[in-house]
Amino acid sequence: MSDTLFTNARLIDPEAGTDTLGWLHVSDGRIEATGEGTPEPSDVETVDCGGKCLAPGIIDIGVKVCEPGERHKESYKSAGRAAAAGGVTTMVTRPDTTPAIDTPESLEFVTRRAQADTPVNVLPMAALTKGRDGREMTEIGFLQDAGAVAFTDCDHVISDTKVFARALTYARSCGALVMAHPQEPILSNGAAATSGKFAALYGLPAVSPMAERMGLDRDIAVLEMTGAKYHADQITTARALPALERAKANGLDITAGTSVHHLTLNELDVADYRTFFKVKPPLRSEDDRLAVIEAVHTGLIDIISSMHTPQDEESKRLPFEEAAAGAVALETFLPAALRLVHAEYLDLPTLFRAMSLNPAKRLGLDAGRLSVGAPADLVVFDPDVPFVLDRTTLLSKSQNTPFDGQRMQGRVLATFVGGHEVFRRN
Amino acid sequence: MSFAHRHLLGIEQLSQSDITAILDLAETYVDLNRQSSKHADVLAGLTQINMFFENSTRTQASFEIAGKRLGADVMNMAMQASSIKKGETLIDTAMTLNAMHPDLLVVRHPHSGAVDLLAQKVNCAVLNAGDGKHEHPTQALLDALTIRRAKGRLHRLNIAICGDVAHSRVARSNLILLGKMENRIRLIGPPTLVPGQFAEFGAEIYDDMREGLRDVDVVMMLRLQRERMDGGFIPSEREYYHRYGLDAEKLSLAKPDAIVMHPGPMNRGVEIDGTLADDINRSVIQEQVEMGVAVRMAAMELLARNLTAAA
Repeated sequence: MSDTLFTNARLIDPEAGTDTLGWLHVSDGRIEATGEGTPEPSDVETVDCGGKCLAPGIIDIGVKVCEPGERHKESYKSAGRAAAAGGVTTMVTRPDTTPAIDTPESLEFVTRRAQADTPVNVLPMAALTKGRDGREMTEIGFLQDAGAVAFTDCDHVISDTKVFARALTYARSCGALVMAHPQEPILSNGAAATSGKFAALYGLPAVSPMAERMGLDRDIAVLEMTGAKYHADQITTARALPALERAKANGLDITAGTSVHHLTLNELDVADYRTFFKVKPPLRSEDDRLAVIEAVHTGLIDIISSMHTPQDEESKRLPFEEAAAGAVALETFLPAALRLVHAEYLDLPTLFRAMSLNPAKRLGLDAGRLSVGAPADLVVFDPDVPFVLDRTTLLSKSQNTPFDGQRMQGRVLATFVGGHEVFRRN
Repeated sequence: MSFAHRHLLGIEQLSQSDITAILDLAETYVDLNRQSSKHADVLAGLTQINMFFENSTRTQASFEIAGKRLGADVMNMAMQASSIKKGETLIDTAMTLNAMHPDLLVVRHPHSGAVDLLAQKVNCAVLNAGDGKHEHPTQALLDALTIRRAKGRLHRLNIAICGDVAHSRVARSNLILLGKMENRIRLIGPPTLVPGQFAEFGAEIYDDMREGLRDVDVVMMLRLQRERMDGGFIPSEREYYHRYGLDAEKLSLAKPDAIVMHPGPMNRGVEIDGTLADDINRSVIQEQVEMGVAVRMAAMELLARNLTAAA
């Protein structure tokens, strides 16, 4: 395979925490060498980055591709193209399809579809309980052998703590990572918004932000009991953070994520019942948003995900309470996240620590870094170029983005997976 | 030889010499049982009642044959179909039976500790034929006799107990007995079925069966007690078999002369490969059943001696 030399690039290295002008040499799909300044002249094929950023590709934990079941909302083909355009080099897919991915046979189907149709890496997750209905654990051992990288019932909380504890105990013996949605299920049942002034004024069924902390507290207790490996998919409230901090200090094998929407939007964005802003958990108060950004900054929250959730027009053109939750985000992930950089909450290496390095570490991948020997999964982007998002230009089959018509700053210029170019903006 | 116990409620109460006494006497009954005339009259004139509050075929038959060969008058009571259904409490049932002057009461009950409770209320000797998830002493004794005959000793052996330890009274009694006789015991199974607390009894715990079977002398399989599970301990039988079912490949990690045991009834293809269970070079499952009758004869005889001594 041919070699490629990236020159004149701002190297965003989340491992070293540096942002330096330099070059990077790719050989046989892996990073061969990097350095500051200008490389020795050579006849290798050269990509001049023009002083723009070169970072490890994004590893997005929690992407929903709607195969099987709802291919009209998103297929592996459309999701793969959207991911490449968004600088996402690895999609870690969710099992909340119809039917759920809960057997090695259905996991193999997903893997086959992904390999045939996507230019980026796809790592599938599997359900933790059969049918995601919280009663019986799935075949964790067989699913792991078939390639499942983590086990989650997604937004279905396993309310039967006995079942949850047994699943975690069993998962521990397989060394499997369990991902859960911390939420007190009965308290949050039917909620479309976060309780507070906004929900009160607009008359929406709301859930206290405390439901997240109650869910997390329970999960932490079960974790302490079972010693499993656990990741909280979305921590979105200030009140949950001290519990998370304590659990980490106590040495539990716990990490936490949050979604880019909860970092960049708040409950007021819903405004006049705009259903494209309905996500799960619901958007929070500004105080919560700022606290969660700070937690990403300190590293208490390890991972930022897009929580890409395609929904067609029919499931969104409904009264707010009835509308489906979720937003597409593969292509807007980086531009939205860059808002945090432009607002000077985070620097670029810290952002890529949460979007690339930490997800790789949690899943035991050698990607997500610019170190020698790592796979050449790379994104070239201009962090400053302004544009107005037009949702009809999105490559996802569903275009339910909350950022339609908004001014954004920063775009992906090119994406490489294993040294191959999978996207270039014209 | 002394055996100073009124009842046989569990292995917990027995000493090393008690265990050896039962096994030594049982050896003589193994010989007797292989003859065409199998009668010994040491229980002649005594009444033995088998009270089974939980279904059993093999254990009940074994106790019945043991009693009959020793000359006792044996009566079986299927308690599931009797007065219990009419609302009588366990103690009232015991008092009623006690008034009929039985000498030996063989009791199985679905609740742990129920046989002990009953023993406090009657004047005869009580044998525990299995109480809940607590003890099944005669099973552990018959397993011990089987091991002693196959291996020539009952100490300093590496013994693996595999599978559903959490729900198994057989596992508990064996763990206690084999521990008292100074063997090294490994418990193998998924952590949902082998709780970590068992480590406190001196057993080593493995959730990787291949690792756990390495160089053991005895592989004791347990039945997956589906009727005692309220769901969710294992993902599926096929995954259980893949990870924890005993087959020739996994057994090859044990010592070349390791024996395979199972208390029965077996779930072929769930916890044990059918061909392996039938392999006369490795499997001692049929011997276990044979030893069962002999051990029960010995236990009843020893208890009966104390009855006459007290009278």
